Amino acid sequence: MILTNIESVPGMKIKAQYGVVSGSTVRAKNAFADIGAGLKNVVGGELKSYTELLTEARKEATSRMETQAQMLGANAVINIRYATSAVTSGAAEVYAYGTAVYVEPVGV
Amino acid sequence: MGDLITLAVILLVTYMTGSLIEKAHYRKIKKREKALIGKTMVSYGIKTWDNTKKVKKIELVSGEVVISVDYFKTFAAGLKNLFGGKLNSIESILDRGRREAILRMREKAVGANFIVNTKVEQIMMNDPSNKNEYPKCALIAYGTAITYE
Repeated sequence: MILTNIESVPGMKIKAQYGVVSGSTVRAKNAFADIGAGLKNVVGGELKSYTELLTEARKEATSRMETQAQMLGANAVINIRYATSAVTSGAAEVYAYGTAVYVEPVGV
Repeated sequence: MGDLITLAVILLVTYMTGSLIEKAHYRKIKKREKALIGKTMVSYGIKTWDNTKKVKKIELVSGEVVISVDYFKTFAAGLKNLFGGKLNSIESILDRGRREAILRMREKAVGANFIVNTKVEQIMMNDPSNKNEYPKCALIAYGTAITYE
């Protein structure tokens, strides 16, 4: 599956398009990680557990989007955007959306 | 009186830890930025590429970081907010976070010729209903990495 956040796939031509596909997820860390991050928040610096949380959430949302695109018979998703929001303290929602398309290499 | 002393101690300690962490972080960022000079080009608006060359690999790369504003900075920003003007303490946090996120993205795309259409977004990860919480800021950078053959 080819993923891009521009309007086309470099070196390929769009043959068909299947409309918008999207995937979203809400994730939270366990209570211990929350307490640790709360302490770290007082002294400053990076909150590694929350960074991890965002990475996981983004991967999950992307894979859900990919599954949806595969079901439609697409082999690429273009113009992907991510939207992130904090639902409550320590929980993040990541929403990924893009256009599912079928692409073929140029000159084939 | 006891409360004031506790507050002063907390402010002093967090001022020290905050500035130590910030200095170390800036040193790391500068080192990594130097190492990446001339490697992968990052563009923020361009969505085109050289059509004459053959493309080998297209990949969506991203980097994210959650960075916290320490107690001292929150306190100082609260005071400064009364008078208005530049909030230096928060500025440096956002600057650090953004540079870190972009660096992480670039480090994932080592070997690529360039990254086009980079987007950087930032959100506050606080509980919207809890006003007393210290701010924590999430910065996410993502773009399309293109590698030529």
